[in-house]
Order: sequence, then C-alpha cells, then structure tokens
Amino acid sequence: MTDTFLSATPPAPIRQRAARDLTRRARWKPAEILFWLCAAASFFLLPDQHLLLSEIVILGLFALSLDLIIGYAGVVTLGHGAFFGLGAYVAGLTSIHLTAEPLTGLALAALAAAALGLATGPLLLLRASDLTRLMVTLGVAMLLYEAANKASWLTGGADGLQGVMIDPLLGRFEFDLFGTTAYGYCLIVTFVLTLIARRIVTSPYGLSLRAIRDNALRARSMGIPVGPRLLAIYAFSALIAGIAGALLTQTTMFVSLDVLAFHRSADVLLVLVLGGVGYLYGGLIGAVAFKLLQDWFSALTPQYWMFWMGLVLLVVVLIGRDRIQTLPRTLMRRLHAEGRA
Amino acid sequence: MLTILIDGIAYGMLLFVMASGLAVTLGLMNFVNLAHGAFAMIGGYVTALTMNRMGLPFLATLPLAFLVPALVGMLAERTLYARMYRRSHLEQVLFSIALVFMAMAAADWLLGSSQMLITLPGWLQGRFEIAGIAIGRYRAFLILVCAALVIGLQLLLSRTRFGARLRAAVDDQRAARGLGINVGGIFALTFATGSGLAGLGGALGIEIMGLDPTFPLKILVYVLIVVTIGGTATLTGPFLAALIIGTADVAGKYYIPELGAFLIYLLMIVLLILRPQGLIAPAR
Amino acid sequence: MQRRNLLLGAVLAASTALAGLPALAEGTPFKVGLILPMTGPFASTGRQIEAAARLYVAEHGDEVAGRKIELIVKDDASVADSTKRLAQELIVRDKVGALAGFGLTPLAMATAPLSTRAKMPTVVMAAATSSVTESSPYVVRTSYTTPQVTSKIAEWAAKEGMKRVVTVVSDYGPGIDAEKTFVATFGAAGGEVPETLRLPLQNPDFSPFLQKVADAKPDAVFVFVPSGVGAQFMKQFVERGLDKSGIKLLADGGITDDDILNGMGDPALAAITGFHYSAAHDSPANKAFVEAFQKANPGMRPNFMAVGGYDGMHAIYAALEKTGGDSDGDKVIAAMKGLSWESPRGPVSIDPETRDIVQNVYLRRVERQGDQLWNVEFETFEAVKDPGK
Repeated sequence: MTDTFLSATPPAPIRQRAARDLTRRARWKPAEILFWLCAAASFFLLPDQHLLLSEIVILGLFALSLDLIIGYAGVVTLGHGAFFGLGAYVAGLTSIHLTAEPLTGLALAALAAAALGLATGPLLLLRASDLTRLMVTLGVAMLLYEAANKASWLTGGADGLQGVMIDPLLGRFEFDLFGTTAYGYCLIVTFVLTLIARRIVTSPYGLSLRAIRDNALRARSMGIPVGPRLLAIYAFSALIAGIAGALLTQTTMFVSLDVLAFHRSADVLLVLVLGGVGYLYGGLIGAVAFKLLQDWFSALTPQYWMFWMGLVLLVVVLIGRDRIQTLPRTLMRRLHAEGRA
Repeated sequence: MLTILIDGIAYGMLLFVMASGLAVTLGLMNFVNLAHGAFAMIGGYVTALTMNRMGLPFLATLPLAFLVPALVGMLAERTLYARMYRRSHLEQVLFSIALVFMAMAAADWLLGSSQMLITLPGWLQGRFEIAGIAIGRYRAFLILVCAALVIGLQLLLSRTRFGARLRAAVDDQRAARGLGINVGGIFALTFATGSGLAGLGGALGIEIMGLDPTFPLKILVYVLIVVTIGGTATLTGPFLAALIIGTADVAGKYYIPELGAFLIYLLMIVLLILRPQGLIAPAR
Repeated sequence: MQRRNLLLGAVLAASTALAGLPALAEGTPFKVGLILPMTGPFASTGRQIEAAARLYVAEHGDEVAGRKIELIVKDDASVADSTKRLAQELIVRDKVGALAGFGLTPLAMATAPLSTRAKMPTVVMAAATSSVTESSPYVVRTSYTTPQVTSKIAEWAAKEGMKRVVTVVSDYGPGIDAEKTFVATFGAAGGEVPETLRLPLQNPDFSPFLQKVADAKPDAVFVFVPSGVGAQFMKQFVERGLDKSGIKLLADGGITDDDILNGMGDPALAAITGFHYSAAHDSPANKAFVEAFQKANPGMRPNFMAVGGYDGMHAIYAALEKTGGDSDGDKVIAAMKGLSWESPRGPVSIDPETRDIVQNVYLRRVERQGDQLWNVEFETFEAVKDPGK
C-alpha cells in the first residue's frame, strides 16, 4: 500500500488502483450498519439503561478520539484527559456565564479543546520514544489538573463547578431524570462525529496518516508533510475529546476535577486497547465491554470488582483477542514498523 | 538549606530503588510493566506484616521484602509475562494494568483498605547533627542503603558473568541462544531482581509515602517520570533523574510552595523537550 | 428569571415523571441507596460507613413503621460523575426512598441538584465542607463540618495563650475551609498566623513543609490533612524533632483517625486534636456501639465515618417513624429537621434551619491505655453549630 506513494506522480494503473482501494475502504460494511442499528435499538428497547448507556457512549466517543491518533497516526498519549477535561469545563462555564443552550456549549468546548491540541501538538513531534511521548502528554494533563485545582475562583476547585443548568435540547427536549434525552443526544452526536472521522480516515489524507504511522521517515521522503498532518489529526482528535467532555458536563450538569484526573486518561487508553486500535470502532466496542463488565461486577461486589475486571482483561489479552478481532494485521504492521525503526 | 538537600537526596534515592526495576524491564527487556508498583506494594506489605504480626525487627524484614516479591515476580514472569514479550506495547499496558487491578483488589481483600503503618526501631527515629546540619536518621539510613544498592547493581550489570549474559541476551536473543545462554532463565532472574528491588523500595518507603492498596497507582507516575527522564539505556540515567526529581520536588516545595505540584511536571516536560531520549541517551 | 422558570419546569417534569412510578406506599420496602467510595484511595471511608449502617439495621431491626428497610450499596470510587449516575439510577430504577453516603464534598455536590429535582432525602454521612447542606433543600448531614471543629480548636489555642500558629492544610476544599476558619477565628481572638502552607493532595513527602514550620518557630502548628495521610505527617513531625522544640501539634481529629490510630505508635502522642467523635468517648451509648461494631467487624475500630453512617441511619429511621412510614420526600425531610438524639458521640440534633448537625466538639489528646492508643477527650464545647453559615 505504501508503495503507491513511492513516486510523486504514479502511473495511471496505480492511480486507478489507489482510487479503487479508497472506495473499497469507504464502503459501508454490514457489521458497521449492524452496529449502528443495535445502538439505535438500544435507545428504544432499554429505557431503563439510558444513564449507563450515555456514560458508555461518552467514553466510547472519547476512546474513538484517542484511536484517531494512536490507531491511525501511531502517536501514543497518556494525556488525552486534558482535552476531555477542558471540554467539560468549557461546556460547564459556558452554561453558567454565557448561555445554557447545549449546542453552543458543545461548539465552544470543541473549539477550546482543538486549540489546546494545536498548542500542545508540537510537543509530540519531538524525535522521541513512545515512553517520552506518553510522559510529556501526561505532564501536560497533570499541569492542567493542577491549574484547575488552583483556579478555584473559576472552576470551583476541588468542590466542583456548581450551578450548571442546561436548556432543553433544540428548545424542545428536556434533559430528564431517566436520561432519555441525554442518551439520544449523546448517540446522535457520536454518530455524526463517527461519520466525520470515518470520512477522514478513508480519505487520501487518512491514508497518508497511515503511511506516517508505518514509517515516518519514508513518508517524509515521499513528500508527505509529516508535522502538519500529525498536528491536524491531533487537533481533530482533541476536538472530539473535548466534545465528549462537554457531553459529560451537559448530561450530568456538573463538572469536578476528576474529569482531568490521571485515571481518566488511563481508563480511556485501557478501553481503546481492549476494543482494539486502528479500525475506528475499537473505542466504542471497548467502552461497551468495559462499562458493562464494570457495572455488572461492581453490582455483584462493590468492594472487589476490580479484581474480576482485571482478571477478565488479563484473559482477554492472554488469549482470545487476536482471534476475535481484525487486530493481527494492524499489530503485525506495528511490529514491522517497530522492527524496522 | 543542607537539611533540605539531604531530604531531597534521600527521597530521590528511594524513588530510584523503586524505579530501577522498571528501568531494567523497560530498558533491557523492552517490556512496559505498569504493574511494577504492585511488586513494591508486596514488599511493603511483607515488611509491615512481619513487623506487626510476627514481631520481626525492621532490618530482618528487609531481605524478606526483597525475596518475596522477587519470587512472586519470577513466578509471574514464567507464567504470564513470558507470553507477552512479543506483543505490542499497548497490549503490554493493558496486561499490566489488569495485573494492577487484581493486585489492588486482592490487597484490599486480604489486608483491608486502611493505611498500613510500622514503627521504626529507636535507632532510626529522630535526627542527629553534623556540623550544625540536622539530618534525620532514617533519611541517612535510606541514603546509605540505596547507595550500596546502586553500586551493587552497577557492578552486577557491568562486571559479572550474569550481567554480560543479560546484555548479550538483550542485544541479540538469537545469537545469545546460539552461544548456549539460557535466555529465558536470564530474563526470569532479571525480572525477579527488578521486582525484588521494587519490593525493597516499597518496604523502605512505608515510612515516607505510606502504604495502602492504592500504592501501585500512587507511585506509578513518579516511577515513570524517573525512568523517562533518565532514559532506559543505562541505570545511571534513572539514578541521576531520581536525584534531580527528589531534590527538585523537596526544594521546590520548600522555596516556592505556590508552585506546589506544578514543579515536578514542568521540570519533566522541560527536561524531556531538551533531551527527548532521556538524560543518558542510548549509545547507538 | 428565565433560569428560574427552567428550574421550575425541570422540577415539574421530574415530579410528574416520578408520579408515574408505582406508588411508594405502605408495605412496600423502603430502599436506602448508599453510595460510597468502596475502592480507591478513600475505600476505608466506605468500608466504615457501610459496616456502621449495617450494624444499625441489625440492631434496630429492618422494619420501621411497617416499611422494610433495604440497603443498596454502590461503589462510586469517589468519581463525581459516577456518583451522580448511580444516584440517578437508584432514583429512577431502584426507586429508593433516600440516598445516603457521599464520601467527599464534590460527590455530594454533584448529586445535590438531583436530590432537589427528585425531592429525594439525601443524608450526607461523610463530606465535611460547610456548603454541602446549602446545595439542596433535601440534604441533611450527620457527619460534621470542618469549620465546626476548626473554629473550636482555634478558640482553644487562643485561650491557652498561644500567639503564633502556622497552618498546614491539604490543598483541597475541606483543607482550605479549615485554613480560612482557623485564620479568621484565631485572628479574631488576637492570635497571629505568620504562615499558611498548602500541601498538594498527592504528596508523598512532607519534609519541605515541616522544615518551613520549623523555620517559622511558632507556638503551634495547625494541621488539616485527609485521614490516612495524617500518620505520615505526625511521624515526620516527630522525626524532625519539632515536638521537642516546643511546637505543639494541633489538628482536626482526622489525623488521629481511630481506624488506624493503633498503628501510628508513639508519634501520635504529640497531637492535640479537636473532633466530634472519639471511640474512647465515655458514655454507655458509645461503649455499646464500639463493642457491637468490633464484634461485627473484627479488627476494625469504628471511627468518625462509622458514627456518621450510624447516625445517618438513625435519622432515616427516626424520620420514617415520625411520618408513619410515609416516604414522601418533603415529609421525610421535614421530619428530619429538628430531630435530636443521643448518639455514640454524645447529644446531637439536626438544625431545622440549615439541616446540618449540631453536636459537641471535643478536644482530645492521644493516650496509651494498655497496649492501645485512644483519643481521650479533655475539654468539651457543647452543642456547636456550623459557623460557616
């Protein structure tokens, strides 16, 4: 696949093949359609579970944003919670100081998170190992956490931001106690964003990202502007994470410091790896699996659910996953890339 | 002023003992073992339990705090970790976090969720003065023990047959195997040593950092910071990093408390921007 | 104005939604949703409260005024959005009659709007920031408030002739609450606070802060840190020889938490603490409580969290008794206002104005009795209200 890019102007047959390849990738697969049908069905069939489902969708969207940079651009980060948290706070502050209209808050949160992504993105372009990137991003997230703690006049500090009230969606749908509006809202936003993300990763731009992920050096020598492209996807990923954070604020009408905490970034990485990286649905599927298990175990044993959760994760890693999912190909490619680097 | 410096060095030394094992598994064996703190926790609990329930003296518990996690580590390496060496880093993260979850819940179930405390022997309590500088006895003890460990480790890696074999196994597994080196056994021993060191660090750290079931996560970030700043190519790197972080953290909180927790992260980011490969970068 | 209408609309919508639920009537069980941190750094809080709540039910029977009491325990791992989601699920799915628990202030704050919306009696058994009860008219507290205790420590310090006191608090809501209260009260009594230090919450080593305290040479240092961290603090305080240099250690009683006091050893003897509950409180009610608690939970000593949980259950029982089993939120809350009873900690009551607890605050020092350490009370301030409101 990367061979397609070897010369600046490929001969016609190769160009045709590339175009065909792109259309094939962009085509909807039955499994995808099934996935969204299930999601829509859950809205109507599981009215009792809307609260949990909202939480799942938000986590899934957040994990999806992480997948864009880990799975498609090959940049690992442990600080994605920074964007989630920023989005959450911006949405909360918007509702208090500006307008309680939800979509405005969503847009502002997205913009703020994307701006932060642009600002901190250059840190990722350092010639550095995965570990260094993990720690730099973690450092940024922790700084933001401390800043939010210190700026208690703005954020409410450790007590959390009080008084977030959100107007009915589109002026019609009240955010009810059962979480029905919230779930519908989260589901639609997530669906739209998944469509956009899907469009991006199946575009030629998305392909160039994969080329960078597989071998940045070669990609650069083919004339792909590595830095700007990575920065763009990082900002886009931050934008989605910000929206996920905003959704959390708007559906719970509360923001506290733990939207920025370390466990937020770590959990989302866990969820994504559980679901599998590099095929866009890993985050959503991982979130469903993770949250359902967590909910189930912690209902059985509120004190020791972590043990069983850990055991399941362990078993999943040790055996099954390769066989269950399309991961091996991605993995092999990663291994190759690492081997060659 | 010097008191602060010594406090910082003692703290840094402690961080190093805990981080050294991680530096070894990460640098030499290329394995992201986020469960490292769990072994530190085991060491801590071994010391706390043998002191409080069996009445062993503090010093006598330290070898146990090394041996028990080392054995557990070796067992885990042979049964679980060995399967994960060839996986991607991300899967190793998931794997080791799963272990952390289990370790935390198990500790909670076995020993309860409250803080575990120990009482140090009298000769380690209080402080003494040299030339007008007050030094905590326990901190001086920490510095001595850790310094001995650092020197011992360095010698082990650079001067002994085991060290040579380990380096050979890391550089080229296949060639090492061809030379008749038992690569699996060496990795297991290395892993066990790393876990044992973590355990020792956990035991020594009870007095300063406390001990409860969330310990593995609590120290994870600090340990990772040390290893990342130091670089994984050598042990000297993490050692320097631990000293820098230790003293900077203590001195920063003393001189500029407003900066509070910011300092350590700022320092990390700046150092990593300046030296993305760590203080001491790989030779190649 | 528009905001007000919206709020009203929300409440109306919620109450009509709730009216559609099966009637919460006589004979049906009265469920209490206990949301606690059962995992993570504050797990011991959850453990103590759950044990005490279960003890209360075991002692007093699981039936009040014809309603069977059911406890549903949920773990929020002290993450506010989980607390809120669990609370919401307990309300709409499990149809609980009351919410209780709440280990930390933000967890209670996150749930408060929900309590208002669903008219849900909410018993805060742990969170100690003053403003918690102001967050919703349906919140009642049975733990304590930081200013309640801190103000009395400051008064006592001034009375004892201390002039200069340095404060050291953890950098989070309750810590800052304590710092402000201490500085204000001690200042009003003519004392001076030359330095106020704030510790990052994630702080493994106290040495730099203790060095600063030593440099300031005050009469005493006032400390507020989460329980658990306190043990390290005292050890390092003594290690540094600060106790011998004549600096007194004053603290909120969380520092000598009964749950782990025994493991702290001699360094704990240095502390003079103010608090609302000690397991060594000398009263028949407390003796019976401690004994029963330890019998049901071998190896655990009840602490202030446990007594908060125990009294929280009492408030729910007593309120149901008063309403004759009627679980209407407004009626239950009205019944809780003004309740007064003899708790293991001494006489307590619920302030009808603020729905906050009114109780004695004791000054204690740690003493060794036999092979155990206890917080022994030596001075009592009676019926203290939260001064924060």
